[in-house]
Parts: sequence; structure tokens; C-alpha cells
Amino acid sequence: MVPLSAYVAVSAVLFIIGLLGVLIRRNFIIVLMSVEIMLNAANINLVAFSYYLESMAGQLVALFIIAIAAGEAAIGLAIIIVVFRGKISTNVDEMNLLKW
Amino acid sequence: MEQAFFFYFAFVIAATSVLVVALRNPIYSTLALLVMFFHVAGLYVTLHAEFLAAVQIIVYAGAILVLYLFVVMLLNLKQDVRYHRQWPMAAAVGATLVIEAIILTAMKGSTTPAAATDTETAIGGAGNTEAIGDVLYTTYLFPFEVASLILLVAMIGAIVLAKKDIGEREA
Amino acid sequence: MSLYGTDLLALLPELIVVLTACVVIALDPVTPASRRDLLAWLSVGALALCLGLTGWQISVENVRVSAFSDLVAIDAYARFWKVLLYSVTGVTIVLSLPYLKAERIHLGEYYGFILLALSGMLVMVSAVDLLTIYLGTELMSISLYVMTGLNRSKPRSLEASAKYFVLGAFSSGILLYGISLLYGLAGSTKLASIAGAIGTRGTEDPLVLIATILIAVGFSFKLAAVPFHMWTPDVYQGAPTSITAFLAVASKAASFAAFIRVFVEGLGGLKADWSILFLIISILTLVLGNVVAIVQTNIKRMLAYSSIVHAGYVLIGFVAAGRGDGASGGTPGLASVMMYLAIYSFMTLGAFAVIGMLRKGGMEGEEIEDFAGLAKRQPLAAFLMLVFMASLAGIPPTAGFIAKFYVFMAAVEAGLAWLAAVALIFAAVSAYYYMRVVMVMYMREPSSSSVAPPQLATSPALSFVLACAVAGVILFGLFPNPLVSFALQSVLTLK
Repeated sequence: MVPLSAYVAVSAVLFIIGLLGVLIRRNFIIVLMSVEIMLNAANINLVAFSYYLESMAGQLVALFIIAIAAGEAAIGLAIIIVVFRGKISTNVDEMNLLKW
Repeated sequence: MEQAFFFYFAFVIAATSVLVVALRNPIYSTLALLVMFFHVAGLYVTLHAEFLAAVQIIVYAGAILVLYLFVVMLLNLKQDVRYHRQWPMAAAVGATLVIEAIILTAMKGSTTPAAATDTETAIGGAGNTEAIGDVLYTTYLFPFEVASLILLVAMIGAIVLAKKDIGEREA
Repeated sequence: MSLYGTDLLALLPELIVVLTACVVIALDPVTPASRRDLLAWLSVGALALCLGLTGWQISVENVRVSAFSDLVAIDAYARFWKVLLYSVTGVTIVLSLPYLKAERIHLGEYYGFILLALSGMLVMVSAVDLLTIYLGTELMSISLYVMTGLNRSKPRSLEASAKYFVLGAFSSGILLYGISLLYGLAGSTKLASIAGAIGTRGTEDPLVLIATILIAVGFSFKLAAVPFHMWTPDVYQGAPTSITAFLAVASKAASFAAFIRVFVEGLGGLKADWSILFLIISILTLVLGNVVAIVQTNIKRMLAYSSIVHAGYVLIGFVAAGRGDGASGGTPGLASVMMYLAIYSFMTLGAFAVIGMLRKGGMEGEEIEDFAGLAKRQPLAAFLMLVFMASLAGIPPTAGFIAKFYVFMAAVEAGLAWLAAVALIFAAVSAYYYMRVVMVMYMREPSSSSVAPPQLATSPALSFVLACAVAGVILFGLFPNPLVSFALQSVLTLK
């Protein structure tokens, strides 16, 4: 029987890795993928708690998060395509037309 | 036996997520993400959430990831400097946080979570799909409708943003 | 379904908003470009109808009703925010019309998106379940991400959209992780269950504290509080001015409404902890926001920092509510917060409306220098800007002064007189950059004739709305009582 804390540990590790990915990577698309990693971490947490607390709410919330993540991915990728078409750099650092 | 599966899935998830963040080539990162999604679905199966595992594979691995792959291929970005200049420090902080998280959650293993206070959503004896359907269309009907609105906005928004000519030059 | 018949009726205004949004989007392809105004007027008409319905609901009965299996609460607190949001959205649509035409991005989908963003905000303010709050936030945010990038020919607009998206998605991720931890605590995402679970487990549980911090960080991004404010100046500057107005006002109000709900109803047991956290955040916000605003030359950026600072003042009122004990508890603090946001909405909307009107040589006039000598060329616009700037600075007898006054009074009553004093000092500092705009307008000579003189892109409806805004700002400064009692009444239904 796997203890609940093991699942929470996995999701915590995943969350931190995703967090770091957003903060240190410069490529816009990799940053978006790191956000997806963070969302997956939250999902693992929710499903694990749902199983151990015997409540369906967690799985439902995870389902909604998956759906919303799909919508966000669509919008994010549309934005990056338009940015690329406008010949602006897709480097998060170099998007510096708007300064201090 | 169950533990063996869990450790396998957990290890691969951790390893591939580090790969996603660390690899230079965005296509390799995307493929690592794909592997990660499959193993998260495996984790859901160990938690007896089979429907969610199926949805994870269909939506995340099958739709979202393919979309990312399309865009990565389409944009064909150069692989220049990957990280911010301060990445060693961030990696050190990250490693510390990860170790701390593992220790914290291992210690917390003794505190049992409170039982669910929500009798409406208690798991019945039915299969996972039936249980989800039971709750989704009765208790969670309102969020369901709001989620459908979100998807509508995402669809129309993506078109409005990325379509070449949307008649904006008139009037 | 007869299961939710009465609930649907109670949410009738929201249904009207969603329906109008769909109708506008469906009608857009068949509307000739010259008649797109009709879509705008249709939206404004629907909003007026919803405003009337909500007002009628308030007058009839204003008790708290739980709807949709306890996921949504229809109470006076939610209705206050809904009234504010309907009016603000109506004003935004009116001020958008001439601006969009001048910038040549007059799309019918614009109105559909504004209404859908509004419906997301309406869901946020009446939600009492973390899932519903998250969904409302996402609906609002995704619509706003799209609208920010609407001006596709301007690189700044696209960059603003990209930045807003990345930071919005990031903060949603953090918020969701916090929500998942709270779910693990309580076995349910309902705020009432979470409050109960915190009561049982005590406030020293590390899981509870980590979850609270994560949720606080997630919300602080949405509220643009320092140190999570990085996206605000760039996004406000890059987005089309009418969208900046909508962002600065409506999304902030809705985010605060949901924020207050979560922290008072859900995490109320942790008052001692989060009030210290937000105390620090509010001080940082006041200091940094004011200092950086002084050096800005672009007026949209300056107003971005100004809105960051105003969020700081609102947080002071919120901290006062958290620290407040005694007979009235947190009520004066929360009522002052709600009133401040209502008044802030109209001042900021007015200021952005004037900025949106100003056009220089066919382009938008964005620098403070573009306002030079406006008093000589367009005296009425200059006067409007004077009133709005004075109100933002908190100079009596404008409504801005009343808003700050009530927040400071709440702080003093909660034993935070030193905080009120610090805020007062910074309010005086902020008067510098607001009055600088006024000075540039009235005391500088208009720029030389080699550059095209500034013209105004306006419409009769916009002038009427601006006149109402100015009248409101001055009248509420003189007779604040109706608004004060409305806010006080609305707070009472918050548990």
C-alpha cells in the first residue's frame, strides 16, 4: 500500500521543477510546457487526495483543470504564432520593447 | 507489486520533467513531456482513476502535446542560449527545495488527512467513469457550463489572434 | 432542469450577459462593417437591462442564497460587485467605440469577448467554491489575454499579450497547487468545508500555512501587488487603451472580490497569519509603486503604477479587516475596501477614457508630453483630466479623498494608525506625479506646429458618460453616504 505522502512528494517535486522551468528557461514554448508540468503536479495531488479521502471532488477538479489547460494551450500557442509572425523575438528575455 | 509500479512511474515522471526543463532542443523537450504525460496517466491508474487516466492520454498527450509539437516544428526556432545567466543558483535553490519537499512530506506521513466532509461526492461502488458522470452532471453542472464557455473563448480567441485577415482594416 | 430552476432564475442577469455575448459573436459575420456600432449598442442595452434586474433584486430581497449545490452564493456582497461590474463594462464599451474606430481594430468579436470576460468576473464574485472561483478567473483571464493582443499591427500589443499570458498561466498554476493542498486538508473545495477543516486542525499545521502562502502568491499576481507586479506596466502600456481601462478596473475589482471571499470565508481562521503577510505586501506596494511612478514618462505606464499603488491602499483596508476585533469585527475594513474599489473604478476609467480620446497625428498620444498645452486646445478634456487626477491623488472634495479617508479610518480603528500615517505620506508623494500631468496640461505651451496638434476621438455617448463620471466623482466626494451605507449593507452577508 503506497502511503499518501509518497504521492504528495511526487507532486511537490514536479511542482518545483515546473516552477524552476518557468523562471530559468528563455524559450517561450518551454516556459509554457513548464506551466503544464505545474498543472500536472496539482492534478496528481488532487487525484491522490481524492482516492485517500474517498471523495469524488478531487477527480472532478482535475478533469476541469485538464480541460482548461487545453484551452490555455490553444491561446498560448496562438499568441506565440502571432508574435513570431510579427518578427518579434520568441525569447522571453528579449521581449524588451517595453522597458522599465 | 503496487509499490513497484508506483516507484517506476514516480521515477520516470521526475526524470522526464527534469529533461523537459533542461534539454536544449525544444523537440526533445516536447517528447520528454509526452513520456511524462503517459506516466502521470499510469499514476492515475494506480489511484483507481481510470477515466481520468484515459482523459489525460486523450487530451494532454493526444491533443495538447500534438499542438505543442506542431508549433515547435512550425516556428523552427534557433537553439540559442537556453538559460538565464543565473541558472546555477536557481538549480541549487531548486535542488534544495526538492530535497526539503521530500523530507517534509515523508515526515508528514504520520498526520492522517481528515475524512471527506462532503457526503454528496463520496465514491460509490460503481466504476470510475460512472462515478464521475454521476457527480459531473448533477453537483458540478455549473462549473461544467462555465468550462464550456472557457473553451468557446479559447476557440474564438485563437482564431481572432492568429488568422491572417479578419477584416480589421475596414471602418 | 427543474433541479436548478430557481437557481437559474436568480442568475438571470448573468444568463443575459452570456446570451448577448453569443448573439454578438453570431451576428458579427452578417453585420456590415459600417454598422458594427449596433453590436456595441446591443451589448450596452443588455448590460443596462442586467443592471436594472440586479437593482430590482437588491431592492426586493437581499439575503444569502446558496445555489447550484452550494457552489455559488447569491448574496448582497456579490450583488454589490455585480452592479459595479455592469456599470464599468457599459462605460468601457462606450469608451471603446471611438477608440477602436480610430485604431482600425473595430471587430465585432471585441464586444463578445468583453461580455464573456464580464461573465467570468460575475462567476468569480458569487463563487463560494474554489473550483468555481478558479473557473471564473480563467474565463476572465483568457478573454483578456486575447483582447490584449487585439492590435496585431503593433508589436507592443503582441508582446503585452504574451507577457500577460505567461504570467497569468504561471500564477494560475501556483493558485491551483494551493487549491489542491487545501482540498487535501478538507476533503472538499467548498470554502465552508475548508474553514471547518482549519478550525479542526488548528492554525499551526504546516500544510495549511504552505497552502495559504501559495494561494496568497497566486492572488497577488492577479491583484498586481508588489513583488508580483512585474507584468502590469508592460501589459497596461502595450494593450489597446480601452482594454487597459477594462483590465485596470474590472479585472482588479473582480479579483479583489474573489480574494476577499477566499481569505475571509475560507481562510478566516488564519487571520493572524495572513494579515501580517498582506501588511508587508501592502507596504512594499505603496513604497515601490509610488517611487517608480515618479520617473515614468509614458502616461499609460504611470497609470499602471498608480493602479498598483491603489491596490496597496485597498490591501491596507483588507489588513485592517483582518486585524479588526471588537464589536464590529472586520466590517468597517471590508466596507472601506469595497467602497475604495468602486470609487477607484470610476476615477481610473475616466482617466483612461481621456487618454484614449487623445490622438496625435493619427496615432495614440501616449506620452505625458503629448498632453502639453491641452488646456488651450481642448479645455473641456483638460478639465476632465484635472478632476480625475485630483481624485486619484486623493484631494478633497473629490471621491478619491473619501475613499482614502475611510480606508485610513478603518486602519486606525484596527490599531494600525502607524500604517495609516505611512500611507498618508505616500499619498502626498503620489500627488506629485498626478499633479505633474495637470501642470503639463495647464502651464505648458502647446507643442510647436511642426507636429500635428492633438485631436480628440470622441463621440456624444462618450462625452455623456464622461460627464456622468466627473459628476459622480465630485458628488460622491461631497455626499458619500449612499455609497457608504450600500457597502456596509453588502458586507454583512459575508460569513
